[in-house]
Amino acid sequence: MSTTTAPALPTLAERARDFAKACFTGPLNIAISLACIALLAWVIPPMFRWAVLDATWSGTAAECRAAGGACWAFVREKFWFSIFGLYPFEERWRPATMMVILVTLVIASTIRRFWTRWLLLAWAVAAVAMWTLMRGGVFGLPFVETRQWGGLAITGIIAVYGLALGYPLAILLALGRRSELPLVRWFCTAIIECVRGVPLISLLFMAAIMLPLFMPQGVTVDRLVRVLFAYTLFTAAYMAEVVRGGLQAMPRGQYEAADALGLSYWKKMRLIILPQALTITIPAQVNTFIGLFKDTTLVVVIGVFDFFTTLRASLGDPNWLGFPTEAYVYAAAVYFVLCFAMSKYSQRLERDFTPAGR
Amino acid sequence: MSSTAALAPPRPLIPLPGGHSMRGVLWQAGLAIAVILIGWSLYNNMLANMAARGLQFGFGFLNRSAGIPIGEHLIPYTPADTYQRALTVGLLNTLRVAVIGVVLATVLGILLGLARLSSNPLLRGLTGGYIEVIRNTPLVLQLVFWHAIVLQLPSVRQALNPLPGLYLSQRGLKTPALMADTALFWAAVAVGVALLAWWLLLRRERARQEATGERRATWAPGLALLFGLPILAGYVIGAPSVEWPVLAGFNFRGGLTLSPEFFALLLGLVIYTAAFIAEIVRAGIQSVQRGQWEAARALGLAPGRIMRLVILPQALRVIIPPLTSQYLNLTKNSSLAVVIGYPDLVSVANTSINQTGQAVEVIAIFMAVYLIISLVTSLLMNLYNRAVALKER
Repeated sequence: MSTTTAPALPTLAERARDFAKACFTGPLNIAISLACIALLAWVIPPMFRWAVLDATWSGTAAECRAAGGACWAFVREKFWFSIFGLYPFEERWRPATMMVILVTLVIASTIRRFWTRWLLLAWAVAAVAMWTLMRGGVFGLPFVETRQWGGLAITGIIAVYGLALGYPLAILLALGRRSELPLVRWFCTAIIECVRGVPLISLLFMAAIMLPLFMPQGVTVDRLVRVLFAYTLFTAAYMAEVVRGGLQAMPRGQYEAADALGLSYWKKMRLIILPQALTITIPAQVNTFIGLFKDTTLVVVIGVFDFFTTLRASLGDPNWLGFPTEAYVYAAAVYFVLCFAMSKYSQRLERDFTPAGR
Repeated sequence: MSSTAALAPPRPLIPLPGGHSMRGVLWQAGLAIAVILIGWSLYNNMLANMAARGLQFGFGFLNRSAGIPIGEHLIPYTPADTYQRALTVGLLNTLRVAVIGVVLATVLGILLGLARLSSNPLLRGLTGGYIEVIRNTPLVLQLVFWHAIVLQLPSVRQALNPLPGLYLSQRGLKTPALMADTALFWAAVAVGVALLAWWLLLRRERARQEATGERRATWAPGLALLFGLPILAGYVIGAPSVEWPVLAGFNFRGGLTLSPEFFALLLGLVIYTAAFIAEIVRAGIQSVQRGQWEAARALGLAPGRIMRLVILPQALRVIIPPLTSQYLNLTKNSSLAVVIGYPDLVSVANTSINQTGQAVEVIAIFMAVYLIISLVTSLLMNLYNRAVALKER
């Protein structure tokens, strides 16, 4: 993997030769290569035939069944439903606008030149704007219940709001876990360990079933808010451990120097420790977020109509029975593209943040 | 904050635990009061809400008849049994899928991790593709996908028969079953004795190596014992009888059944977790310095022995801690069984909540159970970790 001093890139022919050499030297290597090729030959052609050659790209379920291959017409039919869910048809421009805002901000956040406090402010403003836009009831926008929100739009909302609310909480929990005050330390450790020690869906069940029990009588909590509560809690607990890793990685000298300057605890953390600790853990934070993003699919168990649940519901359409594989392949492709992009981004950051020579 | 002591108010005569300043005490007192107040108000709300629904807080309902039909049970169970028993059945189902899953995922993960480091670019690329696809798609999606695939398998009459005695169909996987008879008991005793003998042999050889520096392999006599003793027992007492599944009418009779739900859940968990374990194994092996490989090669060790005697023992130190969290993840993820209808602990608990309304109690039970499982797993793995950790003198 070492970069040679000569910048001449190998030609395609040379690379092919190297590849063949690596694959076909020695009896063991040849055997392994042949096994791999056999596996590919066994899997790829039937898959290609199913997904492309025999596939139906538009038409009805009957045409799909006649062709025998993949029924992409089904995915096409359900595409907008999977994006917007049950949101009222004529109001769909609202989730669409929300998603444009969201995607713009996410892309802006990946550019390090924009990492200033203005970006934070933009997120705060956008969070309020997006919620208002979706919910309506003001500025002449008709009111839309959260029950009707759905599809990829709600997956984005859960992930983004969960992170936005959970992140500050995560920092507090991590600081608390490293605190010198025993009561604070025990409290934060207990919360983190209890949340991480139980399955995520049990927290969702708890939020869905138990939260109403804990509220004063007569107070009802919106179902989406309950989901966000649970999701925020587990985002906070998982992120807190990542932040704790960053805090522990800070050399003692940094703490001592801050103390020597006579800074108070909060100033020391805000100005010296946290900026460094958070920066070195950014790749780990992105990785944790990928895991949490995938876990938004768990809301299926309490009946929130997220992207995945929407597709599952589509399978029950009597006009389009019997195409689960297509629906799942489509869902998997969407999640894969999003998560893979995030993971590549985190790897790039990791390279950028590693000082040369290490 | 200890170093600001010069500026801080004089220390109290009896030192407070941990905190040195008055502010620290105030912070803690504030937190304690807030926790107590919030907890008390939540508790009161809960009692009031439960009373309004005609429920009483308590675990008495556990002794009532559950009436929950559970298709898979490791211990005898009928719907007439109590909630307590139903939850136990769910817990055993969780443990069954978790234990088998952990073993299979470890084996598959190690193989994939080694394949990822192969010098063969085809194998490396294929493994890399597998790992990326699996790691970047949600587990829930993979589970329902495998479930859908299992349900698309041929019907019982056209069951796939990849190996004699193994049948794969819509009804799940059928395997031959060992009958619980005296012969099986003695075979198990023979296996136990063989393992004990192997361990004693290993200990003696270790002592010998310490004393003389000579090393003799123990695997040959060990394996001979492990296979020889049960076969010997089989000759003397009679072989344990095996029940083969036979197609009778519309379903198989005899043999062991892995239901489609169990099979899909196990498949999904193993395939998902193995991808993560593979990356942990790869990172662990790569963390061993190149010099170690070179030194081992210079000593003339064969590649297999380099891996086993030099690289793996060092890699394990890096591998064990994240591996522990993967085991815990697999166990916790088995709760997603509720999505495909495998009756695990969470699924049974959920039904119990819907029937009794005793949400707080049931959720408290299953959270406590998962916390205990997590703690026990961590404890065992930490003990193992201590055994492989670097011993600094």
